[in-house]
Amino acid sequence: MVPQDLRYTKEHEWVRLEGEIATIGITDYAAEQLGDIVFVELPEIGRTVSQFATIGVIESVKAVSDLFAPVGGEVVESNAELSGAPELLNSDPFGKGWMLRIEVADAGQLDGLLDAAAYEALTAEA
Amino acid sequence: MAQSHVAPLATPLAERHAALGARMVEFAGWLMPLQYTGILEEHRAVRARAGLFDLSHMGELFVEGQEAAAGLGSALTSDPSTLKVGRAQYSMICFPEGGILDDLIVYRLGDERFLVVANASNAAAVSDALAERLAGRRAVLDDRSLATGLVALQGPRSAAILGPLVDVALDDLRYYAIVEGHVAGRPALVARTGYTGEDGFEMFVDLAATGTVWDAVLDAGKAEGVVPVGLGARDTLRLEAGMPLYGNELGPDTTPFEAGLGRVVSLAKEGEFVGRAALERAQADGPRKKLVGLTIRGRGIARHGYKVFAGDRRTGTVTSGTLSPTLGEAIAMAYVAPSEAEPGTILAVGIRDQRVEAEVVPLPFYRRPA
Repeated sequence: MVPQDLRYTKEHEWVRLEGEIATIGITDYAAEQLGDIVFVELPEIGRTVSQFATIGVIESVKAVSDLFAPVGGEVVESNAELSGAPELLNSDPFGKGWMLRIEVADAGQLDGLLDAAAYEALTAEA
Repeated sequence: MAQSHVAPLATPLAERHAALGARMVEFAGWLMPLQYTGILEEHRAVRARAGLFDLSHMGELFVEGQEAAAGLGSALTSDPSTLKVGRAQYSMICFPEGGILDDLIVYRLGDERFLVVANASNAAAVSDALAERLAGRRAVLDDRSLATGLVALQGPRSAAILGPLVDVALDDLRYYAIVEGHVAGRPALVARTGYTGEDGFEMFVDLAATGTVWDAVLDAGKAEGVVPVGLGARDTLRLEAGMPLYGNELGPDTTPFEAGLGRVVSLAKEGEFVGRAALERAQADGPRKKLVGLTIRGRGIARHGYKVFAGDRRTGTVTSGTLSPTLGEAIAMAYVAPSEAEPGTILAVGIRDQRVEAEVVPLPFYRRPA
């Protein structure tokens, strides 16, 4: 069961909206698929990103995966701990493994994302 | 017409891998375990204790006869006639143009009997090439790749774990030596060779015995924390140990000299061998490129195919790269211009749109403690 109060993308990212700030991460399903994560590249603070644009990279031992913006807006914060401890994405993807925060330009974009039930259905089929 | 996908071959251990929760991957036409619990954990287990590998996909080619040594000498770059019985040598089989067809280990089982172990990806090609090159010789090629299972135990605790299971004295088995005996009561060739940079043993058995040997070693190693290890960690281990991978560091467009492996080419040996003229020329001309180790000093991981720069000038290409679990930094092997190959040279790797600083370092990146 994934956290019920979040929204999800088909690319296995989660979003928590608090006011105008969206916190973003990847799901446990994504982390499991990737295997041991050893490197994370996040967008710089102040950058404006469009919904679904490629904004960074998550690297496992064997592979490089793109990180996409689930919502558009301005990057206001990124998790400094991930630089030294990328394994947080594997051990605590919904908690300490949060990746970045975006000040959303259009909160309505979240309505187009999956709710928990829809995301669970998606990963159950996989 | 649609290309159909030929189903990959399964090793005798397929059900065991499934039961252990392995993530399987297709490799060289075989279905192999990529990882069980995770690449980092498996890698660290091998360095700290020991790990067990299913390598049944490799090629095992037996060559027997009066001219076995001479025949192999004319087919390969090395000189197997110098091997004592029970010893092994790292070798290569080259094309007439001097490029590498495969890297191999040649084991001498008797005065007139050799075992040549080839990479899974080249087993058929090596078999065909040896058959062709041995034609007319008093030597018989017996390709037993599909009849042979291979299980490897690698790590500092290997000898302690395997000792009670074998009827040969492992203390007397030197590095790069091989002996005939029994493992868990089944006939086996036990070789002290490996692809991890640790002490370890590779056990060749009849296909039907593979499961018995795997079960016995895993069971005996339980108390020592032995884990099954997949191809993912096999790759990070060999890269740390500075060992080349065919398809990455070695291939038809590379000579053994360029890969820093001139020691496998015995130009002084008697008689003709395939590639001699080209390799003599290559040695005289000097290498067009050189294989180096890189430690990435900037932030990022260099990967196969990434470009290498000296200042603004493109100087080469990364052949293999990863985050080294043992060293905690990104390491890579790359071909660069010979003028840039000195340890200490500062280069840059193109990682996405950045140029990330890298330093040429001597290989291997890791050596096991004395």
